[in-house]
Amino acid sequence: MTDFGAAISTAFALVANLDSDLSEVVALSLQVSLSAVLIASIIGLPVGAALALFRFPGRTFLVIVLNAFMGLPPVVIGLIVYLLLSRAGPFGVLGLLFTPTAMIIAQVLLITPLIAALARQVMETLWLEYEEQLRSLGSTPLRSLGVLLRDGRYSLVTAVLAGFGRAIAEVGAVMIVGGNIDHVTRVMTTSIALEVSKGNLALALGLGIILVILSVLVNGLVYVLRGIHRQGVTP
Amino acid sequence: MMSADAPTILPLELNAVSLTLGDKRLIKDISCTLEAPQITIIIGPNGAGKSLLLRLCHGLLQPSAGAIDWRGAAGRNPSPHQAMVFQRPVLLRRSVQANIDFALSLRKVPRRRRRALIEEALTRAGLKRFAKSSARLLSFGEQQRLALARSWALRPQVLFLDEPTASIDPAATHVIEEVILAMREEGTKIIMSTHDLGQARRLADEVLFLHRGRLKEKSDAAAFFAAPKNDLAQAFLRGELLWWQRRELTPP
Ligand SMILES: Nc1ncnc2c1ncn2[C@@H]1O[C@H](COP(=O)(O)OP(=O)(O)O)[C@@H](O)[C@H]1O
Ligand SMILES: [Mg+2]
Repeated sequence: MTDFGAAISTAFALVANLDSDLSEVVALSLQVSLSAVLIASIIGLPVGAALALFRFPGRTFLVIVLNAFMGLPPVVIGLIVYLLLSRAGPFGVLGLLFTPTAMIIAQVLLITPLIAALARQVMETLWLEYEEQLRSLGSTPLRSLGVLLRDGRYSLVTAVLAGFGRAIAEVGAVMIVGGNIDHVTRVMTTSIALEVSKGNLALALGLGIILVILSVLVNGLVYVLRGIHRQGVTP
Repeated sequence: MMSADAPTILPLELNAVSLTLGDKRLIKDISCTLEAPQITIIIGPNGAGKSLLLRLCHGLLQPSAGAIDWRGAAGRNPSPHQAMVFQRPVLLRRSVQANIDFALSLRKVPRRRRRALIEEALTRAGLKRFAKSSARLLSFGEQQRLALARSWALRPQVLFLDEPTASIDPAATHVIEEVILAMREEGTKIIMSTHDLGQARRLADEVLFLHRGRLKEKSDAAAFFAAPKNDLAQAFLRGELLWWQRRELTPP
């Protein structure tokens, strides 16, 4: 128990003092996951919108692939990216394995389907409501897409935040493709796994505390946005 | 140029129009010609096909057979000259005035002309004090008035309304009927469905009676309400035909 108590107080001290090892790991985590969310949103939001609005060849196939990827465990996605990037793999020449870029790729694969699926849900509901009125007013498909993105913006931000939550909390995929190399590819989750196995509870706990704070912040943001959304908005 | 200044796209001619959705024939062989500038009221029991007919005329649905022709359009696109108010108002998640502004921008009305049109439409619908409020926070009746004001701002040659007062109170209904009459005065052709016979009597110049997807009667309003020719229309006016089944009705 005293060990545990000591670990907690050390952990808080580490967080409070912004310990340099700790901040390095946190910074890399944020850098990797924010990049992944940015890329995944750029791909996922339009894909989700297109799936909701348009009927095109290959649409069903895309939906199936998205749903399948959404259900895959992160380690499997890590494995796929590993095979693709490994020396013998098709993209081996790029030398990306065990770099932050590899981790970003894995997280993009992990959360793009989630963001696309959530976006599609949001857009489909809105489109069901708006379609006839927009067509009646003479809106072009592109203009309609703009209206849906604008009017669904709060729900879409929620989808993006959900993607960020999944990316930052994920351990299996980044462990496999990043390799958890100190000062290079060590992020919060892989670091926690390592420190726990080494018995270094203080650092692990410190990181855990930061993850919890981040998670609370993100969820708080989602909650606030939902609130704004419900009340309606005035531009 | 606003739609109202352009040459008219009327008359609207339906030639043996049918609509099949899935395996159901929902609109059956309707032919008629609708002329400017009267108010045409479509009545008929629930499920008769009033909403489908309006959507067909407005171009939101394509007929499975037959043809719908805007005879006056003469090669022009008729869509920008029409507007529609739906049974449930559909408003964008932005302010009251921005909703009208958006519709005007889709019709390519220059920005400098929009302010006056918006103000006029909102005043007409009694919504001026809500101009900057969020449209989605208005009451149902106010939202429907806004949907009508938005249509009015467009100055369409033809306005379709699908039971616009179905679930709103008498005061809001009154405002809506006033606006409809004002629009007719300005030369807009009104084509509207309603289940409210009192409203039909108040507004109609011409009545279409629909039953189970068929056009059973098309008459001048005065003649229709004095004595409908069709037996089902007679039953409907007596209040005996509330659903489309002929249930307790004995065929003549
Ligand atoms: N999309 C659809 N698919 C199948 N049936 C429909 C569809 N839309 C309407 N119907 C049916 O067509 C009939 C006429 O509908 P509608 O035009 O809405 O009647 P109303 O006269 O009450 O407006 C109804 O029986 C309705 O159930
Ligand atoms: Mg209807």
